[in-house]
Amino acid sequence: MIEALRLFAAFVRVAVHREVAYRANLVAQTVQSVVGLGTALGGLAVVFAHTATLAGWPPSELVALVGVFQMVGGAIGFAIQPAMQRLMEEVRTGALDFTLLQPADSQVLVSVREVSVYRLTDVALGAALLGAALARLGARLGPGRIAAFTLALAAGGAVVYAVWLALATCAFWWVRVDNVLVIFETLYDAGRWPVSIYPGWLRGALTFLIPVALATSVPVEALTGALRGRTLALAAVVAAAALVLSRLLWRAGLRAYSGASG
Amino acid sequence: MKEGGRLAQGPGTVPLAGAARSLWDVYRAEFRTSVAVQMQYRAAQLIWLLGTVLGPVVYLAVWSAVAAASGGTVGGYDRHTFAAYYLTLMLVNQVTFTWIMYEFQGRIREGSFTPLILRPVHPIHGDVADNLAHKALTLAVLLPTAAALAVAFRPAFRGLPPLDALLLLPSLVLAFVLRFAVEWTLALAAFWTVRTSALNGLYEGVLLFLSGQVAPLPLLPQPLRALADVLPFRFMVAFPVSLAVGRPLPAAAVLGLSAQALWAAAAVAALLVVWRAAVRRYAAVGG
Repeated sequence: MIEALRLFAAFVRVAVHREVAYRANLVAQTVQSVVGLGTALGGLAVVFAHTATLAGWPPSELVALVGVFQMVGGAIGFAIQPAMQRLMEEVRTGALDFTLLQPADSQVLVSVREVSVYRLTDVALGAALLGAALARLGARLGPGRIAAFTLALAAGGAVVYAVWLALATCAFWWVRVDNVLVIFETLYDAGRWPVSIYPGWLRGALTFLIPVALATSVPVEALTGALRGRTLALAAVVAAAALVLSRLLWRAGLRAYSGASG
Repeated sequence: MKEGGRLAQGPGTVPLAGAARSLWDVYRAEFRTSVAVQMQYRAAQLIWLLGTVLGPVVYLAVWSAVAAASGGTVGGYDRHTFAAYYLTLMLVNQVTFTWIMYEFQGRIREGSFTPLILRPVHPIHGDVADNLAHKALTLAVLLPTAAALAVAFRPAFRGLPPLDALLLLPSLVLAFVLRFAVEWTLALAAFWTVRTSALNGLYEGVLLFLSGQVAPLPLLPQPLRALADVLPFRFMVAFPVSLAVGRPLPAAAVLGLSAQALWAAAAVAALLVVWRAAVRRYAAVGG
């Protein structure tokens, strides 16, 4: 784990050195992040022009949800998506051979070696928005809720990583799966709203199939005190299971890959 | 060979009927090629469809929750009329949407556009045919999906007045022309800058609000609603939807259709102007 973090830090450093040469990209990405946030907040403004609460959520809690949504989306775009896209590309071209020859654990290596630095603007903007929303909720925030939020966010992040890894690992068998990732992006958009407003089948899909809700709605519910301890424990268990399963799938995928490239 | 020969004669010598027929042939050939190409990536076509379906379902869920929180109705809409609005919007949006703005960046940067410019046929025809091919293929999945969603959400359609039904088809065609021309023109921005993603995001955000996707336009707060009224975006989606769910008065429907036609003509004119400037610029870079 320490080794993985050390590797990740090294790759981020390299990426920062590379990216500072393209500062106009920072401007473009910032525009995009602001537009994304504006769209989300504008949507809230339209909705709350007609109602005081949405499925029991007051405006300040929904603003917090948008903040978490933006933060988590930024974190995925920063660390998970670029690494997984490169993985799929290398499975297709065969360049993965060179990665597998390196001494570090292959799953760790493919997961940390590509980052998209400027997506951190989304993380920063989302965090700022979350902070502003929390200032409104202020008085009711105890250390217990902060701890629950952190745990829920970590569990949600772990599940999202495991799902991405599993989807990308499918490339070992089906080669061209880049479109599979579009499924995640499409469904992630639905995480901008409380998952409880959706009809049962969609709620189920967003909770269990592509568990977007675990990374967005659930952490915010932990902050506002709406989350039951049982749900939090369940989220932690699901996260651990997802990590183990994706690891097993990765191993199986590697075995399939060696067969193909031989 | 045939194309080249015709070009050598010069466009002026081709009689109008012949030009129309050869354009028809171009469309037939491009359409068939696109269908064949897209059939290879059937799963990708379905995955795209997921976005088409999910967007309206999300906003339908949001507005149903708002209606539930305000005692059943919001601005004259209840869950079932919202369902009618958003299911219709899903179909109209499928008819008019394009992905051209995302395609152009790669086209210009990687240079794959060069052979398309060299052809004697305007490259937009290939794009239109490609767009129509995707829609023809996905219709077979979209219609059953819409039917299943109708069972789940139980939309309340009003009876469609005959005039609105009559106007619906031309308004869909005009919406397609308008949106295609606007988005193709904006896509040409890729000739001037390789970083078009910010522009694309901005356009998509504006379109979301002002074309009636975030909310039916009457539900928008005032400054936005006034903006939606004077800008062309509502004619890309909201106007055909409002015809189909049977809301406007006959006079308003005819007036709307005329305004839509004017916007479509203006958009095509803008496309021709910007296209000429873009090609000149491309030639300058390509040397």
